[in-house]
Amino acid sequence: MLDNLHNVNIAIVAAPLLGAIIAGLFGGAIGRAGAHTVTIIGVAIAFLLSLVMFNHVVIQDAGIVSHSVYTWLVSDGITFEVGFLVDKLSVMMMVVVTFVSLMVHVYTIGYMAHDEENWPEGSGAGKNSYQRFFSYISLFTFSMLMLVMANNFMQLFFGWEAVGLVSYLLIGFWLKRSSATYANLKAFLVNRVGDFGFLLGIAAVLMYFNTLDYAAVFNAAELQKDLVISLWPGTEWSVMTVICILLFVGAMGKSAQVPLHVWLPDSMEGPTPISALIHAATMVTAGIFMVARMSPLFELSETALSFILIIGAITALFMGFLGIIQNDIKRVVAYSTLSQLGYMTVALGASAYAAGVFHLMTHAFFKALLFLAAGSVIIAMHHEQDMRRMGGLRKYMPITWITSLIGSLALIGTPGFAGFFSKDLIIEAVHASQLPGAGFAYFCVLAGVFVTAFYSFRMYFLVFHGKERFRDAHHGHDAHGHHAVHEPHETPWVVTLPLIALAIPSVLAGGMYITDMGFGNFFGSAIQVLPQHDVLGQLAQDYHGPWGMVLHGFLTAPFWLALAGVVTAWLLYMKYTHVPALIQARLQFLHTLLEQKYYADRFNDWFFAGGSRGIGRLLWQWGDVRLIDGLLVNGSARTVGWLAAVVRHVQSGYLFHYAFAMILGLLLMFALFVIAG
Amino acid sequence: MIPLSNYLILGAILFCISMAGVFINRKNLIILLMCVELMLLAVNMNFIAFSHYLGDTGGQIFVFFILTVAAAEAAIGLAILVVLFRNRRSINVADLDSLKG
Repeated sequence: MLDNLHNVNIAIVAAPLLGAIIAGLFGGAIGRAGAHTVTIIGVAIAFLLSLVMFNHVVIQDAGIVSHSVYTWLVSDGITFEVGFLVDKLSVMMMVVVTFVSLMVHVYTIGYMAHDEENWPEGSGAGKNSYQRFFSYISLFTFSMLMLVMANNFMQLFFGWEAVGLVSYLLIGFWLKRSSATYANLKAFLVNRVGDFGFLLGIAAVLMYFNTLDYAAVFNAAELQKDLVISLWPGTEWSVMTVICILLFVGAMGKSAQVPLHVWLPDSMEGPTPISALIHAATMVTAGIFMVARMSPLFELSETALSFILIIGAITALFMGFLGIIQNDIKRVVAYSTLSQLGYMTVALGASAYAAGVFHLMTHAFFKALLFLAAGSVIIAMHHEQDMRRMGGLRKYMPITWITSLIGSLALIGTPGFAGFFSKDLIIEAVHASQLPGAGFAYFCVLAGVFVTAFYSFRMYFLVFHGKERFRDAHHGHDAHGHHAVHEPHETPWVVTLPLIALAIPSVLAGGMYITDMGFGNFFGSAIQVLPQHDVLGQLAQDYHGPWGMVLHGFLTAPFWLALAGVVTAWLLYMKYTHVPALIQARLQFLHTLLEQKYYADRFNDWFFAGGSRGIGRLLWQWGDVRLIDGLLVNGSARTVGWLAAVVRHVQSGYLFHYAFAMILGLLLMFALFVIAG
Repeated sequence: MIPLSNYLILGAILFCISMAGVFINRKNLIILLMCVELMLLAVNMNFIAFSHYLGDTGGQIFVFFILTVAAAEAAIGLAILVVLFRNRRSINVADLDSLKG
């Protein structure tokens, strides 16, 4: 039985990989339909087999499945292996990843149907961008599965980098747009910063534990908690704090936490399906997953937990503000993703790992839904992304409209929807936390609720309600003979089916799993919390089932804040539509600050990019031009030349001079003999 | 009996004269050659004196060799000189500075 499960694990990762290889390498031979069929079959197999594992590990509760598949190398007693650890945490991630990925695969058929952007004319790489896209997203599914199913740090790092690579490839998928290639380079570079910390963290783990295996490290963690390290002379750091903060730096890069968040909004240059899959539902949550997976380590360092708490809180609130002023429909959702990732991080910092992972799951559903719905709107608007040219789409696209509404309601935490349970749990957990910084974090997440509701419904009202502004936009095209307005129309079934399929868990997943995941022992031994940090355990004493939580939800501050946000959005964007412009004029300073994204990009451009260029110029002009070329290469040549110019005067050409020199030499030698005896 | 030192002093004087000839002479290459010959003769003088006083005939045999070599050298030197004159139309030492760096 167990052997069969081992094979199932291998098949889960192999199926998408195989699909990716076939679609990528033989795209020309199998054509468009062949490519999407083969990758969808691959991911569907992975999804079904994940359900098998889910059944085994969670429903039958038959214990974890952990085995190594292949030993890559053994060096000095340390083994580097490919191995799978399927416990309740990873099996939950596997189901979410493969489900969202499957939905996105189906959706992509519709979204990329008319994609004609290809390699530049005459490129030897061929004309199969559609197949290439499917190959990439299938490859992504493989990488993400490798990441979540890893049973050692080495494979975790492999998956970590592989998803980063695919993300890079997909952000720059439309590579003829310079903004897309800029964005993918930016994503790659910013992730490099995070991954550097992550790699240092793994190296520190290897140094102190002498193994990369999860189980061995977690078992030994307790013994190492009092170790200290002197990072620079005169200071003493707890080894656990150093390891945890370094690992978390990796999570900050991947999960786009302040100040490494700058790449995520720009990553919206990629096609919408991957924004949903990679930059909302799965890859960006890898950091959250990783911290939850490392909970036995993080529990040992309160400093690291406080650090996480504060970083998450800042991200949750301040990235939300940025969503308010965006006009690009995808960017609003992108900032909302940043903000929600902040919520998850706050939960991790408060030691409510289960709440963070629970929010990760619900967020994966409703955020993928919102992104795909935004994509559906974009298709209907003929690739127009500016919300100021939309409005009143409710009539034309009923399915997109209703699923978007469900997604938005879930996002703002309307009692009963999936987002409510996870978000409320986080807020309560932070409230109960005793760690330094918890007060600040509580304020941030609470204020974040209002902001989330406001920007979500601003987007919702601007897109689906109000005046049909797209009619104005098209008047300018009359010269081309377009007398009739291009009315938007509902998108094909391949687009709407995933929307419906994602809307269902967006409503139900919260209520179904709150008892087990939030308060119960769903994750078992996968997540370990010290008794003094166990905020969820405290909350569980007041918990009386999901219905009780829903009813109680109507009485709490988050609900009223969310309601206030929705009402404010309605007032400003439906009722008094001239007011936003007035506010903007009055608070020009604030608006500029938000529009410049707190000058984070400017700062990075100036400090890091400019600084590196400055250092480069310094090294070039001083190090290379002057020192190496000037002093060493040309300098030695010049010295030889100068020396020769001096010495050449000795070469007079006159015989008597040479003879004199000879005699002189002879005399000197003679004298030497005589004196030396 | 003439003491050894007299011979050695004579040899040294001859050597110094020839050396001075090499240095001071700026005009004629033939004088240079003659000076070199004289230098060899000074050496010969030393050889013979030592040979006589030490009772070893090896020194005198060396003198014969040196004389032979000196004759050959003079012949070759004069031949080169003739060729040089043909090419440069001059045997002035001060003119011969093609090796100048």
